[in-house]
Amino acid sequence: MCGIVGLYLKNPALRPHLGRLFAPMMGEMTERGPDSAGFAVYREDGGRERAKVTICSSAPGYDWAGLAERAGCELGVEAAVEPASNHAVLSAATDSATLRDWVEAGHPELSVTSSGAALEIYKDVGLPADVLERFGVSQMAGSHMIGHTRMATESAVTTEGAHPFNTGDDLCLVHNGSLSNHHRLRDWLRDRQGVRFRTDNDTEVAAGYLTWRIGEGASIAEALEAGIRDLDGFYTFAVGTRDGFSVLRDPIACKPAVMAENDDWVAMASEFRALARLPDVEAASVWEPEPGRVYSWGGGA
Amino acid sequence: MTVETIDLDAAGVRALNRRLQGREGPVAGRHFIVTNAKGRHALAAGLTERVNVRIRGHVGYYCAGMNRLADVTVEGNAGTGVAENLMSGAVRVTGDASQSAGASGRGGLLVVEGSASARCGITMKGIDIVVGGSIGHMSAFMAQAGRLVVCGDAGAYLGDSIYEAEIFVRGRVESLGADCVEKELSAEDASGLEALLAEAGMDGDAARFRRYGSARQLYNFRIDNAAAY
Repeated sequence: MCGIVGLYLKNPALRPHLGRLFAPMMGEMTERGPDSAGFAVYREDGGRERAKVTICSSAPGYDWAGLAERAGCELGVEAAVEPASNHAVLSAATDSATLRDWVEAGHPELSVTSSGAALEIYKDVGLPADVLERFGVSQMAGSHMIGHTRMATESAVTTEGAHPFNTGDDLCLVHNGSLSNHHRLRDWLRDRQGVRFRTDNDTEVAAGYLTWRIGEGASIAEALEAGIRDLDGFYTFAVGTRDGFSVLRDPIACKPAVMAENDDWVAMASEFRALARLPDVEAASVWEPEPGRVYSWGGGA
Repeated sequence: MTVETIDLDAAGVRALNRRLQGREGPVAGRHFIVTNAKGRHALAAGLTERVNVRIRGHVGYYCAGMNRLADVTVEGNAGTGVAENLMSGAVRVTGDASQSAGASGRGGLLVVEGSASARCGITMKGIDIVVGGSIGHMSAFMAQAGRLVVCGDAGAYLGDSIYEAEIFVRGRVESLGADCVEKELSAEDASGLEALLAEAGMDGDAARFRRYGSARQLYNFRIDNAAAY
């Protein structure tokens, strides 16, 4: 089943309250996905000068400070780390590919959940309320967030199998549904286009597909338009980019979605009840996104 | 006329439905206002008495499902399956309805003042559905009886595999589904449609509608195949 939610703030004055607005949206989707939860937050954009990666450790009590120290020494740049539960954000004055490669090459015990300038991804197994609490979501500030509550169908209930998925800088994807051509598409993207995949999850293939399209020069809206043709299956996608937010439903539209927008924010969710507590939602424009139509905000859309 | 107000934040869905179903005392002829709907599911579902219910705000899935006799109004949008399996009575949505509105309804009237999305009236079995705006794809799929009236446009594959239901559309039909064809709109059809539009409170000029129904060419309409069962 799964539940997905997204909140993009149009009014910068609301940014300090992003997490407080977003957490109840995700909590409301617990019945659609009680086995794991994850979310992406865009905040503290380091620009070109500073990259960050979010890292997850399955072992408790990981020495994050030691990791930052080694990163600083071995990469020859200033590095910092900010732990949150079993995750940590490692940032350094370098590019994100260098930082990600350094973590993945020397630390097989860690998994990288995101890389970029603004994006951080946190995910874990357990009830959404517990996951939200674990990472202190209510206190988070930022420009936009997307989240997912998972009821697994296509791969195992693990932290790595939870959404959102990130395959390229600052791009992330959550998905309600299932893809039917993900095996062949994964092989093609991996073998012919050099896209790296880290799980067997079908959604990661869609994220990898969008990353590949954007790498070829497409905008996120163009990449999603092409996805209508190339991705076979049931889906409602919510996509985050560094400064943008997009939503797409497949043309058959078996998977639900509802959107709401006013001058201050735009939000999407699998069901309206997730939006019901947003400020001034009664007066907002509320509609069901049309099948096979790309909706985008920000990011030059 | 006394009106009883039920705040869903305080009462919860189960208590609301027990009250409206008359399981906490007589309800026939009474009027209710339901506040703080907040997209909750199955509001005013399974009603069997002649009650009047107004729900303030957007509702979730299966609102007024299986309704018999009651008159339910949603002041807002409705989620998936509003008035599904409607038996009798009337359900009105002042905003838009999500997919499968009026699904498998057997009688009564569903009015959507805004638009309804995909699969509106899927496998309808006698319900009348009047939509002020447009409807999405695969609407009236396998529709067996009743009338679907659309004042706006209809999405792709309208009336696919339709049996004896009738469809009236004033705007554009993107495409017709298998075995669904346009039929003549007789004076009798038009006057029946006029009466239905009036009952729904819609301002519609019946003569401007096109009528669609079954060509009766699919496998199950051929008497030669009857022995197969």
